[in-house]
Amino acid sequence: MSPILFELLLRSIWETVLMTAASGLISLVFGLPLGLALIATERGGIAESLWVNRVLGAVINGFRSVPFIILLVALIPVTRLIVGTSIGTWAAIVPLSIAATPYYARIAEVSLREVDHGLIEAARAMGGNRWTIIREVLVPEALPGIVAGFTVTLVTLVGASAMAGAIGAGGLGDLAIRYGYQRFETSVMVAVVIVLIILVCGIQWAGDRLVARLDRRG
Amino acid sequence: MNQHFTASAETGSQAGLPPQDVVRLVDLKRRFGETAALDGISLTVRKGEILGIIGRSGAGKSTLIRCLNGLERPDSGEVFIEGREISRLGERELQPLRRRIGMIFQHFNLLSAKTVEDNVALPLKIEGVAKAERLRRAAELLDLVGLSEKARAYPASLSGGQKQRVGIARALAARPALLLSDEATSALDPETTRSILALLKDINRQLGLTILLITHEMEVIRSIADRVAVIDAGRIVEQGPVWSVFADPRSDITKRLLGTIRPQLPEELAARLQPSAGAQTILRVDVAGEAARGPLLSDLARTVPGAFNLVHGGIDHIQREPVGTLFLSIPGGDAGHLAEVIAFLRSRQARVEVLGHVADPV
Repeated sequence: MSPILFELLLRSIWETVLMTAASGLISLVFGLPLGLALIATERGGIAESLWVNRVLGAVINGFRSVPFIILLVALIPVTRLIVGTSIGTWAAIVPLSIAATPYYARIAEVSLREVDHGLIEAARAMGGNRWTIIREVLVPEALPGIVAGFTVTLVTLVGASAMAGAIGAGGLGDLAIRYGYQRFETSVMVAVVIVLIILVCGIQWAGDRLVARLDRRG
Repeated sequence: MNQHFTASAETGSQAGLPPQDVVRLVDLKRRFGETAALDGISLTVRKGEILGIIGRSGAGKSTLIRCLNGLERPDSGEVFIEGREISRLGERELQPLRRRIGMIFQHFNLLSAKTVEDNVALPLKIEGVAKAERLRRAAELLDLVGLSEKARAYPASLSGGQKQRVGIARALAARPALLLSDEATSALDPETTRSILALLKDINRQLGLTILLITHEMEVIRSIADRVAVIDAGRIVEQGPVWSVFADPRSDITKRLLGTIRPQLPEELAARLQPSAGAQTILRVDVAGEAARGPLLSDLARTVPGAFNLVHGGIDHIQREPVGTLFLSIPGGDAGHLAEVIAFLRSRQARVEVLGHVADPV
């Protein structure tokens, strides 16, 4: 592999990491509260409100049912509004985040729902309010699942970011298509695949380690 | 409703509540669809006492105990906690009130992500107590329940009995006026159950803490309760001091719940009972309190000459009151002799029931 291609590879790695990390962080910041909102508003939840629950659920399902490649193009006006351009790595972070947030909200919802209802009752019996229940019970008790779900989301984002080349965002997927496929640079293709495997394994390993440290359920 | 001795079911809803009543329930009703979980419950819990509520599963116990701290709302009726009616308060008004009421649970409900000391300190954190003070209080309580060395451990590493001790420490953290116990020993083995009940009794004595517990086990009532209320299908069918309810259960459900811990006629003998006269008449004799202290059987032998045979029975001490059930067999043939025996026993405040007759001598 020529030094120029190697430099391209390094830049693509950086772009993929940047897209994954930034959109992952955004999906965590918005997805977790959304997941909390879903379980809080459901029947018997700490802030039961069935119509809010239904509207939230419908919006989340709507976003989740659009294939990412279509979302990427359809969101161009939104992206331009937020980032100022519809091309490049930062521009790709907008659709990636918007796709990952509802995805992560659903994963967080599942973990949060698994928290024993008796623990919520105990917190209420102590005189705790909703905020106490969220901060002291729901989030800490579901934390292993929340982290494991975040790991899954990050891995999914690594894959999704490969499509971001379609709007000139760069990244490893873009490199593999333009050099490895269209210019028959097999070495680039192989290098990209190896890097992706290492990246995904690294994320999964770190996530699993963190979950093991957080899980006190014995 | 059967009332034993010191009956305590006040009705009406006068506001001027005597201060010795920590809890007063007036005609509480709650339905779930077609079933009435609570069907007109009136009950008083006095300061410093341990009141046990017993009933089979589905009798409405859980709903009842949850009405006391507003986790459940009655459809109608009134709930007074320390003189204040709470059944119509909003969630926000209930929160400070719940801090006056500790609660322990069948499945402990400890937070797995928090250490033992942080679990115990949680009610104080909710109250806004500073961290140093919370941990000092948690240490004090863990010492009280005998778990000081586990302060930094996580609940998953504890045994069931230890978990319930942590649950008790946590329930006491905010210095409650009332402790609610929701089947707190039902998930524990008999030995652990005894130690947890002993701890609750200690706390009741040392701190003067009022305890209301619900259970389906008479053994729990016998070991620690001062008074008992028997609940069935959402109604209180019987209540009174534990020893008197044990000595003289009036309702079928109480008798059935007592079945396992009070002496029963041996099955082999029960199978041979017949209604018509036979060689022997079998009597059931229940005595309690003063009547059970005297030398009843030797007096019987002296006063009514003639044979009788003690077939089965025993005397229990409940709340330091003797409560005895004896099964006697009296030789048949002479109806006058039997009548004399019964008359003597009744003159000593014993309750006598002719169970039947057996053909062969026992």
